[in-house]
Amino acid sequence: MAERLLEVRDLSTHFFTHAGVVRAVNGVSFTLDRGETLGIVGESGSGKTVAALSLMRLVPDPPGKVVAGDILLKSKDLSRLNEEEIRQVRGNDIAMIFQDPMTSLNPVFKVGDQIVEAIRLHQNKGKKEAWRQAAELLAKVGIPDAEHRVDQYPHEFSGGMRQRAMIAMAISCNPDVLIADEPTTALDVTIQAQIIEVVREMQQQYHSGVILITHDLGVVAEMSDKIMVMYGGRTVEYGSVDEIFYDPHHPYTWGLLSSLPRLDLVEKTRLTPIKGNPPDLLLLPLGCPFSGRCPYERSECRDNWPTGEMVGMSHGVHCWIPAEERKNIRSKLPRFRRRVA
Amino acid sequence: MSLLEVSSLKKYFPIRTGLLRRTTGHVYAVDDISFSLEQGKTLGLVGESGCGKSTAARVVLRLLTATDGQVVFDGQDVMQASRGAMQRLRRDMQIIFQDPYSSLNPRMRVRDIVSEPLLNHQIGTEAERKRRAFELLETVGLSAEHGERYPHEFSGGQRQRIGIARALALNPRLIICDEPVSALDVSIRAQVINLLEDLQDEFGLTYLFIAHDLSVVKHISDRVAVMYLGKIVEVAGSDVLYDYPQHPYTEALLSAVPIPDPETERARRRIILEGDVPSPAKPPTGCVFHPRCPRFRPDPCARAMPPLQSTGGDAGANHLVACYFPTRYEEAPG
Repeated sequence: MAERLLEVRDLSTHFFTHAGVVRAVNGVSFTLDRGETLGIVGESGSGKTVAALSLMRLVPDPPGKVVAGDILLKSKDLSRLNEEEIRQVRGNDIAMIFQDPMTSLNPVFKVGDQIVEAIRLHQNKGKKEAWRQAAELLAKVGIPDAEHRVDQYPHEFSGGMRQRAMIAMAISCNPDVLIADEPTTALDVTIQAQIIEVVREMQQQYHSGVILITHDLGVVAEMSDKIMVMYGGRTVEYGSVDEIFYDPHHPYTWGLLSSLPRLDLVEKTRLTPIKGNPPDLLLLPLGCPFSGRCPYERSECRDNWPTGEMVGMSHGVHCWIPAEERKNIRSKLPRFRRRVA
Repeated sequence: MSLLEVSSLKKYFPIRTGLLRRTTGHVYAVDDISFSLEQGKTLGLVGESGCGKSTAARVVLRLLTATDGQVVFDGQDVMQASRGAMQRLRRDMQIIFQDPYSSLNPRMRVRDIVSEPLLNHQIGTEAERKRRAFELLETVGLSAEHGERYPHEFSGGQRQRIGIARALALNPRLIICDEPVSALDVSIRAQVINLLEDLQDEFGLTYLFIAHDLSVVKHISDRVAVMYLGKIVEVAGSDVLYDYPQHPYTEALLSAVPIPDPETERARRRIILEGDVPSPAKPPTGCVFHPRCPRFRPDPCARAMPPLQSTGGDAGANHLVACYFPTRYEEAPG
């Protein structure tokens, strides 16, 4: 069995704003093993990025605060570390690739300087050696002419190359856990394909665990082993990639899958959107955050959060609709008619 | 008859440098593109950022002046139209912008935003305009009550609906949709796509639909044109283009799109293009795609840009491709 890298239990991160408390992440649990890729799927405001930032303890405080939960990295509880200790973990054990390669690199420093900074912070290496390593890393993530490129500034790099540089920086200390927050969203499809390839190669080479945060179900289907679907700060469903795509149990997951236009299907069917608008995070109900938009809402949904229910090997769902009835409803949805479990 | 006919359209932006702001070069944003669009149909224009698709849209509307070429809308030359004629033409040609946050004036009431085109064209009285604004808001799935509010009170999807209502105000015939759903969340995207489809059916609208998301374009378009570095490299009916792409760039583009189905994903072979898109200020000689092309041969590819032409035969009459070595299919339909 693969080594357990990360175990997160009941993580809650709230933001205390003037307008009220935003429960950005609300009782989220997951695990990550070595060599595994976990996809966290959700729309803007679902809490997926805040969940990741909480692991790194990068949530801006104030207004944000991790109010509950344990984060165990190789059995070490990160939430108990002091600032000095967490700095050792950050970059070294857990590294993050940020969404926007345009703003995540400092424009006034050479790309090489920024990678060297990461290397020297965690490894006892001389300047020269660190520079050489930076060039090697750039070459490894597929930047041509890396020896020369390492001396350039971010503005001399294209978007795809900046994202590669970000990846080089993230893997510089051979982290156990690599968090990729929308790594391809700002990029064109052909460049996106290149970056996905690089992340995959790096994962195989370093045997890290990857947490992939995205709203793109296509990218998730391609890269993930397992998936966690988030909505309004809650995990509504989680399971292996096949369980989520072929045997989804939560109405929100159904809605998400039904609302996608498909490149690979010949027949043109009308899309089935999810009704209504994304929830106001200040006014989230105590119960299921999807209540209000859910077409199958029941009286208990709004005020009570359902405990998780296992519906498969590694497949869990939080929903008040009884399992039998869920299957029944799903079998009538156009998107799933062909695959009745 | 086609509603919009674009031929040999070019838009070059000068690059000025030095103290005297001398023109030292050009960005070849749109370089000799031609296409036509039939009444009531949707033409998708796809390509990666910087390929010139948005510039093309703005030139068609004459929001930018073309360097060269012709745009004919319903028999009338848009480029040569006088001020007054242009004003009338603008009623028939509208645009929906990508960013629902910056394309609505935050200081204006929604009903004023929606009825502003009527005011600009001095149509109706104040009361009539107000009534029309409420009617438009209902058409796009909002309520009259929303008209009294300001843009910041709305979510992204609702704002995009407001933008659509504004575009509809003058009963246009052509709407250019410039990445209308790119900024929206997945679940909201489908709402807006469905709305655009319904409006097309109801009002017989013609769309020029610009997007970089190939799945969305396939879904909504009748025909699709693929742009690369200022040129159209392939045009075909949307099903044909997606099932039988002939240009190596189209093939790579399609193969790069992740498909939300794990089994399909596992079975897929992906063509990964090397390198980045070259700068449109220094386009490669010959075929613009040749530095990244897997089928590249120095002669003829580096010598001259291949013309966009029919692939031959009755079946290929509507399938145009600009490549010396297009993919041939055994039984490709037209």
